[in-house]
Amino acid sequence: MSKKSRVMAVVDFHEPIASDVYSLYLKVGDMAGEAVPGQFVAVYCNEGSRLLPRPISICETFPEKGMIRLVYRVVGDGTEEMSKLHAGAELAVMGPLGNGYTLLDKKAILVAGGIGIPPMLELAKQLTCEKTIVLGYRDEVFLKEEFEQYGTVVVASEDGKNGVKGNVLDAIKAQQVTGEAIYSCGPTPMLRAIKEYGLSKGMITQISLEEKMACGIGACLACVCQSRDVDSHSHVHNKRICKDGPVFLAEEVEL
Amino acid sequence: MNMEVNLAGVTFQNPVMTASGTFGSGAEYSEFVDLNQLGAVVTKGVANVPWPGNPTPRIAETYGGMMNAVGLQNPGIDVFCERDIPFLKQYNTRIIVNVCGRSEKDYVEVVERLADEDVDMLEINVSCPNVKEGGIAFGQKPQALESITKAVKKVAKQPIIMKLSPNVTDITEMAKAAEAGGADCLSLINTLTGMKIDVYRRTFAIANKTGGLSGPAIKPVAVRMVYQVAQSVKLPIIGMGGILNAEDALEFILAGASAVAVGTGNFVNPTTTIDVLEGIKAYMMNYGVEDITQLIGAVK
Repeated sequence: MSKKSRVMAVVDFHEPIASDVYSLYLKVGDMAGEAVPGQFVAVYCNEGSRLLPRPISICETFPEKGMIRLVYRVVGDGTEEMSKLHAGAELAVMGPLGNGYTLLDKKAILVAGGIGIPPMLELAKQLTCEKTIVLGYRDEVFLKEEFEQYGTVVVASEDGKNGVKGNVLDAIKAQQVTGEAIYSCGPTPMLRAIKEYGLSKGMITQISLEEKMACGIGACLACVCQSRDVDSHSHVHNKRICKDGPVFLAEEVEL
Repeated sequence: MNMEVNLAGVTFQNPVMTASGTFGSGAEYSEFVDLNQLGAVVTKGVANVPWPGNPTPRIAETYGGMMNAVGLQNPGIDVFCERDIPFLKQYNTRIIVNVCGRSEKDYVEVVERLADEDVDMLEINVSCPNVKEGGIAFGQKPQALESITKAVKKVAKQPIIMKLSPNVTDITEMAKAAEAGGADCLSLINTLTGMKIDVYRRTFAIANKTGGLSGPAIKPVAVRMVYQVAQSVKLPIIGMGGILNAEDALEFILAGASAVAVGTGNFVNPTTTIDVLEGIKAYMMNYGVEDITQLIGAVK
């Protein structure tokens, strides 16, 4: 299990990479070396009226530099505040949180949609086996070139301007992408489709979920999902996304 | 410098506790907080059987606050006794078990089950706004509150804390009812019922539609209620509602609370409890206060 800490991180580099999407490099010290692909951090706001940390997936880690990279979308006041941080600014960060992907030595398909794309970058870097990376966008493309360093990239976009017109599953079918293991992150309807697809093909399918969170460490029980098995905490069927997840085997959770 | 306080015959090494529902049974937070330093861990509400809680989303942030409608998800008293009590017994801190139920029978069953367990006090949650039955239903009518207090007192071996709801016209009526029922201590306030609407999705921000508002936004209401209750009953009070730092905690103590609990503050920073405790000590040092009990209710 990764050792968690809460530190004052320092912004090293911060830039927009698409409309409302930002890339943020943070100096976090030892936390960078603790993180595994698929884990997230809780980012606190400096504005005191915003109490709760924002759960944001880790896009890349650079343990030797004590640095992590977050790629996030501005969706509200908290991320709007974050987007204004300049190099040298401080912000509190707690992590790494949750359980990441289990890396398997099996031909892989990495499937991600929208702001579920960033955490797949570190995974693509660390997965050394043969892999295809399927990225779904609404319209604007981001991080695509960075993924191309690590494997074959297939793109789907809703407007059809980039890659296959449609969603990630349309792209998988159109490009006849095959594999033995699926790693995915994205909006719930996408994950639902990937779960069905992956399990119907007998592939080991891992999916990463999100939910509104408060504590981020498994105490408050805000971010539960319905699980097939009885959960270890409350002995009902509510696994905690922040603690038991965010990555689950597809068959473990109801979507 | 004396930090020790006494509530209904139970001594606490200091007045800083956790507020029920925000800290689990301490296991998750023990990665950040030395539980030995806390006055007490107040556990998340536990019922006679496991409760699955409410649908998600269960929380929403609001200006200076947050709302939750977790719905008292809990593993039930059996798992709690087997797992959570032994975990907490490893630490040098008091254990206060928060008890929830849907009916008088549920509460009594849990309190009876805890009678022979090595825990220090029981806090009866008659003020949760997020469950359909039980909870707040017992906490909004003085007669119902007095009756449930009597019922749990009859079977309890530990001192009983009744946790009061702020969602009432006159909280002193409720405090008097709990006192009349034989309560040993009061804790207040639980959350204020609120609502948030997502105007873009045109839906409620929380699946339960309403949620309990907590955090600094409710602190002035909480301090006022602690003061009013302190003026109207003789019972010791655990004050809570939006405590993020020592000054916040001191407001409650000066208003009449013998102890304080940090709730939402744990989410803002997992070490808020310790920061509050250290801050109170620094305040006492700076202002030459020898004994924390000199501050309790010092502002009349």
